[in-house]
Amino acid sequence: MTAERVFMMGEFAAQFPIDRRYARNHMWAMGSSGQWKFGFTAYAVRLLQDVYFLDWAVEPEATLQEKDEIGSIESKKAESDLYAPIGGKVLRLNDQLLNDPSTINVDKYGDGWLFEMAGVGDNLLNVDEYITHLDAVWEVTQRTIKGQLNE
Amino acid sequence: MAKRITAIVSQGQSQNPAKRQLEEDIVTALVFEPGIDVIVVPHLYDLSGDATGMLALQGVKGNMIVLSWLYERAARWTLDRNSVRGLVGKSLIQSEEEEEDFEESTEEDIDRVADARPVPQRQIYCLDLRCDDSATRYVEEVKRIASENSAEVVQLMDWISGDPKPEQLERYLHPTPESPATPPATQSGQGNNESPSAPLPDAERHLEDSGKRRWYPVIDFSRCTNCMECIDFCLFGVYGVDQADTILVEQPDNCRKGCPACSRVCPENAIIFPQHKTPAIAGAQIEAGSIKIDLSKLFGAPESSESAEEAAMRERDEQLVMVGRTPMTQDLGPATQPVAEQTTSKDHLDDLIDELDELDL
Repeated sequence: MTAERVFMMGEFAAQFPIDRRYARNHMWAMGSSGQWKFGFTAYAVRLLQDVYFLDWAVEPEATLQEKDEIGSIESKKAESDLYAPIGGKVLRLNDQLLNDPSTINVDKYGDGWLFEMAGVGDNLLNVDEYITHLDAVWEVTQRTIKGQLNE
Repeated sequence: MAKRITAIVSQGQSQNPAKRQLEEDIVTALVFEPGIDVIVVPHLYDLSGDATGMLALQGVKGNMIVLSWLYERAARWTLDRNSVRGLVGKSLIQSEEEEEDFEESTEEDIDRVADARPVPQRQIYCLDLRCDDSATRYVEEVKRIASENSAEVVQLMDWISGDPKPEQLERYLHPTPESPATPPATQSGQGNNESPSAPLPDAERHLEDSGKRRWYPVIDFSRCTNCMECIDFCLFGVYGVDQADTILVEQPDNCRKGCPACSRVCPENAIIFPQHKTPAIAGAQIEAGSIKIDLSKLFGAPESSESAEEAAMRERDEQLVMVGRTPMTQDLGPATQPVAEQTTSKDHLDDLIDELDELDL
């Protein structure tokens, strides 16, 4: 059983395993020595809710800068483009998600991983830093979604 | 005796239950309509020419109505590149208000590739499933087209030149599906793993192919002038020419995912990327001159206005860099420091807020 930290999004307890690092754009990163596997954090998945569609705008071997557009997502609550959490090279995309993106909802920290990249992860946060980051953004998040998300 | 018409429902890529329900409702309603055959295929754009679904469409010889999650032009020219051709059937459901004065816009002296090509004398109607949330409007429109279609029979028979034998006429009026109930065996080069589905009533066929997402340009030959700008511009070997030296998308899967650069350099806006976010690139019916003025800068959008050519060259360079090749225009390369400075200075909150701005209930 992996230990985890909890961040309360209202009534909802978002859980974050301590065995990995986090990007400010709400992706987790698992790995070391310059090879990272990324996926959505509980915070992102909670905001998205059911994921209906995912598409990649890049292919393996692509070299990216941090914040380059890498794809797009459609869910019950949102439509958004996705951006690279770090700079580096795309190694692998989770193509299983193209046919069944709901895996992101079912197993966000496991089979619902998004992609793998090779790159420097120095800017990635540890779980406590990420929670501090969430503390800082949660107020704004709430203000923004108030009136749009009535639940 | 009424002529049959085939309604094709091309499924979307999204698992959005509302979209799936719409498809299902349309199919359910049409299956019981006399004179209408229904075929369900995966997302049209993702089908390769030899995929089961595309083979089925190629087998339809009469008039057809194609309902897909694509702009009408994107659907039509995606079919065209797979040799499914016909005259443009006019539907009352349009994703954009159709220009009523299309007569005058055809008063040009430019040779289009399509002008020189023979087109089978049958109608293909393309309907965009994003036009309406409820199945009723589509079902009504399909029925309207079907009745118009069967009413045309008398006229058409007058037009048939020569003297058809009764059995020929019968075949014309009642085209039999090539292989009813049993879809052709899997011949797709995409590594399908479909299970042979149980025979369905001949009114409805579901054809499944393993959904590999694709990305490639689709040429609108009613606009294309064969000017060769695209083949000169693309450095990934997507384009080629046929024996008659007419441009074609020869190696679609060489195309770089997400890159729409060639469509920006096309002087006639003839290149469609059906999956691109920008409607004009995705095949929305926008005639040159009717493009709306972009006021976003006036309303405070960041200063990033680049011309279509600049955008195209930047996008091409980005793709070249991604595959480890040298960008063509060095000064636009990704190594430009001030740009990097600017992007990192964007607040992380901004991204989140952008994301949340999209939230929609």
